[in-house]
Amino acid sequence: MPNFEHPEYPEATLLHLESMVPCRESQVSSLLSIFGERQHFSFPSIFIYGHTSCGKTYVMQTLLETLELPHVFVNCVECFTSRLLLEEILTQLQSLSSEKKHGSHVPCDTFNDFVRLFKQEIITQDLQNQTVYIVLDKAEQLREMEANVLPGFLRLQEMTDRNVTVIFLSEIVWELFRPNTGCLEPFTLYFSDYSIVCRDLKELRHLAALNFTKYCEPVVRGEANERDTRRLWKNIESHLKKAMQTVYLREISSSQWERIQKDDGEPGHLKGLSAHAHVELPYYSKFLLIAAYLASYNPARTDKRFFLKHHGKIKKTNFLKKHEKTSNHLLGPKPFPLDRLLAILYSIVDNKVAPTANIFSQITSLVTLQLLTLVGHDDQLDGPKYKCTVSLDFIRAIARTVNFDIIKYLYDFL
Amino acid sequence: TAVRFVNKKCYIRARFVYIYLSFCLTDYFSQGKNDSEDSGLRFATCQLLWKQINSETEKIQEELNKQLFDNLIHFLRQSHSELQTKKTEWMCRMKSSEIPTAALVLGVNVTDHDMTFKSLSEVLQDNVTPYVVSLQAKECPGIKHLLQKLMGQLMDCNVDVDSSEEEECVNISQKKIRCSMASLSKWYESVTKKTDSETPSKKRTSSSRHWQSPPIVVIFKDMESFTTKVLQDFIVISSQHIREFPLVLIFGIATSPMIIHRLLPHSVSSLLCIELFQSLSCKEHLATVIDKLLLTTQFPFKLSEKVLQVLINIFLYHDFSVQNFIKGFQLSIVEHFYSQPLSVLCCQLLEAKKRVNSLSHNQCENIRSLPSFRRYVESQVSEKQIALLTEDSFLKEVTQTLLEDLHIYHENYFTVLRCLHVFTTSLPKYPLGKQIRELHCACLGKSVWETEEYESAIQLLRMLAKDELVAILQKCAEIFISSSGKQFSNTVEKLEEFLARFQNLEGEHFSVGFRSVPSVEELSSSYIPCCSFRSYLAPAEMQTLNEVVYFNTANTLREHLNAAPRIALHTALNNPYCYLKNQTLKSDVGCISNTAPDICIVYKLHLECGRLINLVDWLEAFSTVVTAVEGTDPDAVATDQVDEIIHARFIRAVSELELLGFIKPSKQKTDHVARLTWGGC
Repeated sequence: MPNFEHPEYPEATLLHLESMVPCRESQVSSLLSIFGERQHFSFPSIFIYGHTSCGKTYVMQTLLETLELPHVFVNCVECFTSRLLLEEILTQLQSLSSEKKHGSHVPCDTFNDFVRLFKQEIITQDLQNQTVYIVLDKAEQLREMEANVLPGFLRLQEMTDRNVTVIFLSEIVWELFRPNTGCLEPFTLYFSDYSIVCRDLKELRHLAALNFTKYCEPVVRGEANERDTRRLWKNIESHLKKAMQTVYLREISSSQWERIQKDDGEPGHLKGLSAHAHVELPYYSKFLLIAAYLASYNPARTDKRFFLKHHGKIKKTNFLKKHEKTSNHLLGPKPFPLDRLLAILYSIVDNKVAPTANIFSQITSLVTLQLLTLVGHDDQLDGPKYKCTVSLDFIRAIARTVNFDIIKYLYDFL
Repeated sequence: TAVRFVNKKCYIRARFVYIYLSFCLTDYFSQGKNDSEDSGLRFATCQLLWKQINSETEKIQEELNKQLFDNLIHFLRQSHSELQTKKTEWMCRMKSSEIPTAALVLGVNVTDHDMTFKSLSEVLQDNVTPYVVSLQAKECPGIKHLLQKLMGQLMDCNVDVDSSEEEECVNISQKKIRCSMASLSKWYESVTKKTDSETPSKKRTSSSRHWQSPPIVVIFKDMESFTTKVLQDFIVISSQHIREFPLVLIFGIATSPMIIHRLLPHSVSSLLCIELFQSLSCKEHLATVIDKLLLTTQFPFKLSEKVLQVLINIFLYHDFSVQNFIKGFQLSIVEHFYSQPLSVLCCQLLEAKKRVNSLSHNQCENIRSLPSFRRYVESQVSEKQIALLTEDSFLKEVTQTLLEDLHIYHENYFTVLRCLHVFTTSLPKYPLGKQIRELHCACLGKSVWETEEYESAIQLLRMLAKDELVAILQKCAEIFISSSGKQFSNTVEKLEEFLARFQNLEGEHFSVGFRSVPSVEELSSSYIPCCSFRSYLAPAEMQTLNEVVYFNTANTLREHLNAAPRIALHTALNNPYCYLKNQTLKSDVGCISNTAPDICIVYKLHLECGRLINLVDWLEAFSTVVTAVEGTDPDAVATDQVDEIIHARFIRAVSELELLGFIKPSKQKTDHVARLTWGGC
């Protein structure tokens, strides 16, 4: 006796469907009852949400294909403008019943055109008597498009006066979609995680695929049988841990991992991406970066204390303002003007630095390398402000190469 | 203001070199003050020399990149073959959905990358696939632009595969391509189908160069500058189509591969199969360039110590760019041939000797006025002195021998320099520098054996262990043998004798034990003085006629390559005489001359103000300065309104200052402008 009951579809199809969607029976059966029979009008729009890889796309695709329902499946990331999206839907609609694989290109600029063309197309395809499903995957992209697209899709049934249901698939909840001008509320359906432990099925599958041969090794050698899970686990445990530290984080690629496995070598000799953190910089660029770091993390009023020779005695506690008591490193980098950067640079470099064009171009280079960021707009020519985006570890490594004790100059470590 | 300079700087430099080279035609050379002095020949020599050097640098670049490119092609081939074997195993299916990605770490010398990418795409197009696309961040602010650019380049590169396809390409571009991945995969399908259905003969020719169903290689030239969103969207979209067409990404990274994790969240980076490739470091690249271009007798042109120091300093302190180093080298060549009339002799020895014969009397006088030649004359006996100074033919004869001496000096110098370098690199703390270029600079400038560093190096040498010393000596012997100079055959013999004695000592060592140690020291100390070769390492400045081949006006080079625009601007406005050379503008420091251009007066007045400048006061001061000259009665003017013309001149000068970025309108106070610079510079 199948879990799914529906008068419309033969039992064999339903059984087949059930075998295709493990752990998603309840969702599928509620979807089946919402869809009703082919000619029935269904909800105008259905909103399905859940974490990544909890089977939203897969279930929808399997369901619609197994039951041979007329449908259009569109990925909203791929169709990054509303025009591309609407045209894609129409093109797929054309090829629904006709034999040719690719429909011809239909120009469609506005939602108004879309409604008109959609109505026409339903008639030419002879689909008036069945529900047509439009599935919009990664629907959160719709929020980036014109304001009328999302409400338009929600009301598509009403506007076209055709039997159509729009299904949205998304990773975020409906509340984050709702436009402030109000709209027709969709029917929402939640897909729960497959299990509490698994966050990302795709990654699990990926890791399993990479390590399965290793897991099987004892069985192949005849040291254990398939049911001896404890021994098999012991064999794979350390190996898996290594994989979690490397392949999972994409420190080394899956093919590199496979090669290591084949050679039975240790992954130790292969350095991951993060191991190459060191950046070699020209001499003055190093000092510019150090000056930028100091300017970003020291309050401007303390410059006098660090960079003037006869600054007098200033105790830390005396001139602290209340908000400066918290660590500047916890607050993150603060913007500073170009002049301050240069002033600090001149005082930390031992020999005299002329403000040559090269120095200025080095600042722009550091910005393009993302070691500094320009605050405010690009074409603000007067008084540009910058922020230093490198970490303390990074700047300490840089400072060490030029024998500059940066900790001594940082207000937080006074 | 600074940023405006920064943005313009690169442009200005490129422009400068361009102008310099495009105008360094024959007329430019002869227009100079030294016409009638073989300017045409000098120009031709300069061009020829640069052509040789340029092809040599390209060869060096090619050789250095070869390893990297081979690795990349190997990676492409491997990932491609994995895509091709469409196994049904779920494991392979899993993996094939990842996009193969090469993370190419190239170092922070961004200006050099263009060259690398250019040759990379050429290599790929020659050996792997016609479909190579290079993208730059500034061309791709959004995913739409990126796809547009991508498809545009792909459709174009279609043309050079087969000319018959040209017509269709035009059609595609005419009907405005829909920029979506779907149309891209459709395009790929049609293109590959076409090559499959081609006549077999054609197929063979194309497949010999390119692979079957060639991959589409997309190069992101400057990964750091791409926005996260564009990259993410592109990767997500293309990962859905990876089975329809084989796509390979190449990320050009200037800093460190960590940037990938910073730009891409895990959900996106999990779609990639990233492998790391590292190019040669720019310092090694520079070392090779210096080795092949400067430390060789292949090219007659040489750089003096100061000039070389300027170029190396710009490299080490500012940009790490080998391209800029070569550009600077090029500029030195042009400048040398332009400013030194005797540079006509800066060519291969045989040719130079021929040219000496046809030197004009003017040129002979030029030789006589060379400082090094004067020194030479003074050291001669008086009859010869007279002959040298009066007879052109005798002078020419002597010049020929002197040129030959100079050539021999160079041959010996480089060989001995390399030997000395072998010694100094094996010393702790490198008293004479680790790189051969440092040693070269030290030797060029002054007599190296008189320096303290040399003393300490010799001290350290005496303490070397025997086996180390033997290894060094063997290396030296190799260098001598491979050198072209014949005068070293004696030295090689001597060296081999020493080596043999060392080997014998080894035998003794086992029998006598500790007593052999002093004899090693004895041997090495007797050897070391003979390897110092003082005469060979004498500084180039001491050589007669060195001015012919050495370029030594470091200042000109510094002004051109490491310009200080803020200082130049300040000088121009503060002291217009410096550039205009008009006698009436000569004035004492601090006083404002009324003959100066208006903008200078306004500028000088504004230097005396604080951060906010009152326009009315400024105008009054300006009018006082201007009218004071004209000798009119100041009282009469003071009572009257400011002259309209003076007012207009003032407004114009102020707006010019604003254009230059010294001031900007301020909203803090009415009728005030804000200063944008502090101090004077």
